[in-house]
Amino acid sequence: MARAALLGRLGWQFGELVELVHETPRVASLYFNLPMWPGHLAGQHVDVRLTAEDGYQAERSYSIASPPEDRWVALTVERLDDGEVSPYLVGELKVGDKLELRGPIGGHFVWRGADDRPLLLVAGGSGVVPLMAMLRHRSSAPHKAPARVLYSSRTLADIIYREEIDRLVAANDGLSVTHTLTREKPAGWSGYTRRIDAAMVKEVAWPKAQAPAVFVCGPTPFVEAAADLLVGLDYDPLWIKTERFGATGGPGG
Amino acid sequence: MKMQTSEMKLDGNAIAGLLGEIFAVEMTTAKGTCASCGAVNEVGRVEVYVQAPGTVVRCPACEAVLMRVVRGRGRYWLDLTGVRCLEFAEG
Repeated sequence: MARAALLGRLGWQFGELVELVHETPRVASLYFNLPMWPGHLAGQHVDVRLTAEDGYQAERSYSIASPPEDRWVALTVERLDDGEVSPYLVGELKVGDKLELRGPIGGHFVWRGADDRPLLLVAGGSGVVPLMAMLRHRSSAPHKAPARVLYSSRTLADIIYREEIDRLVAANDGLSVTHTLTREKPAGWSGYTRRIDAAMVKEVAWPKAQAPAVFVCGPTPFVEAAADLLVGLDYDPLWIKTERFGATGGPGG
Repeated sequence: MKMQTSEMKLDGNAIAGLLGEIFAVEMTTAKGTCASCGAVNEVGRVEVYVQAPGTVVRCPACEAVLMRVVRGRGRYWLDLTGVRCLEFAEG
């Protein structure tokens, strides 16, 4: 299955939306039934293609949120009001509708459950999506690498998958998650309330001697800042894999 | 809204689909050698700009152009002048 996911020519296929879950006011998870799906790895993405009646096409990439084990393929999409594609996916698409997509795509930004290195996941906003596929995959793996997550959101209400992340942590299987909020300081909040910085990364990240596998995903400025901070801890740049979403949280929306 | 070019920078993951249309195997795990500085990087680590009429791929070490891809009118134009060598696994 895993090998099949990396092979073969990319073809467009239609998936039927079978479930829609609102994660935050601007973010929804879309679950698709894809009969032709060859299987995927945690961290991969799909390309979505919309075709207008006049033939105009718009194409965007979205990370896969579901782990390889799941029956449906889930995308979690942030609605960008000036976007061409995301306002259709989050707002117009209904259960039973069909969507054209191709995938799985990518082989660099992937994590396999058999990788036993300590795992460090650093997420900015909707950059948590491919990292959530990794956490979900990890939760069903027979042997679980110890994992730490640093997740930056604007406000409490903007934290995607908040309750599910709490449940994963409560399973007490070697996962710890640290949140930071950049635009709000809620009463009783125990996480950080500032942008990611050197002191925060030093507290959360594995010591250099642990040689962790690191995945960083989010808007481009966030990813660049986080990767620089990790290199500042003397991490080998080759341990760090990054995925940039561009300036707005998604590649053009 | 004016944005810094650097904020629009993507990485090689963003062209995995485009390269998948052209090559028979997954290409973000391929290793490319920069013709300018000799740095070897996985395609997943290169810098990608998609705002140009085509897609421009730059070396993360020296920022020289590695690759340009233009798709249009049913054809592809693939300029690999900046890549000395591409190494990838058999499919």
